[in-house]
Amino acid sequence: MTTSISIKVQTDDFDVAQEYAALREDNTQDGAIVFFAGLVRDMNQGKNVTGLFLEHYPAMTEKALANIVDQACERWPLSRVRVIHRVGQLHISDQIVFVAVSSCHREAAFDACHFIMDFLKNQAPFWKKETTQQGDHWVKALAKDEASLKKWNAPHDRK
Amino acid sequence: MINVLFFAQLKELLNCASVQVEQNTPCSVSQIKQALIAKYPAWQVHLDQDNILCAVNQTMVDLEHEIKDGDEVAFFPPVTGG
Repeated sequence: MTTSISIKVQTDDFDVAQEYAALREDNTQDGAIVFFAGLVRDMNQGKNVTGLFLEHYPAMTEKALANIVDQACERWPLSRVRVIHRVGQLHISDQIVFVAVSSCHREAAFDACHFIMDFLKNQAPFWKKETTQQGDHWVKALAKDEASLKKWNAPHDRK
Repeated sequence: MINVLFFAQLKELLNCASVQVEQNTPCSVSQIKQALIAKYPAWQVHLDQDNILCAVNQTMVDLEHEIKDGDEVAFFPPVTGG
């Protein structure tokens, strides 16, 4: 199955309605679209957050995301995948990340979207620096994010 | 000559975004690290942290990965995107 893939790393905000429309346009084969949108929260790791700076490794970012999406495409029958990750200065309640997939059935769509987010959290070269009233600090990687990959070791395929 | 890049907190701690190191190739990621520490002893405490990740030519690798002349090597802390 050839999957139509769109991956963008950008400073600009994105429009979920526009992305959703792109997944539906001229699409008669898919019965399911699942998407995830990640936002900047006002509280993280016990601190009041006032803003967020996202650094990345420009030459590697899209390559790492493409690799993750390719792995998802090998596991599930996906027709379309759209990933957007923002970089630069963000504010409270801003959108950070968007992952959307379309597939014939919901099981594949749910699993693939979840899989892409879990691997993005662990393997894509982005780093968050939070601004708080107590000063700026780099966000610490959490063991739960690394542990989240383990569930994908078991055979989950529903092809 | 190997081009080495640093990102995020590691870049700030070393106060360095990129550096070039003379190193006979092929060599391992570990050997590049040792060459950097020999040149900048103050970096040891930061580069030897267990959680530091490495990418060669924009792909994550382990410490034994073989590096060739002209490769781009990057060291960085665990990623926190999403």
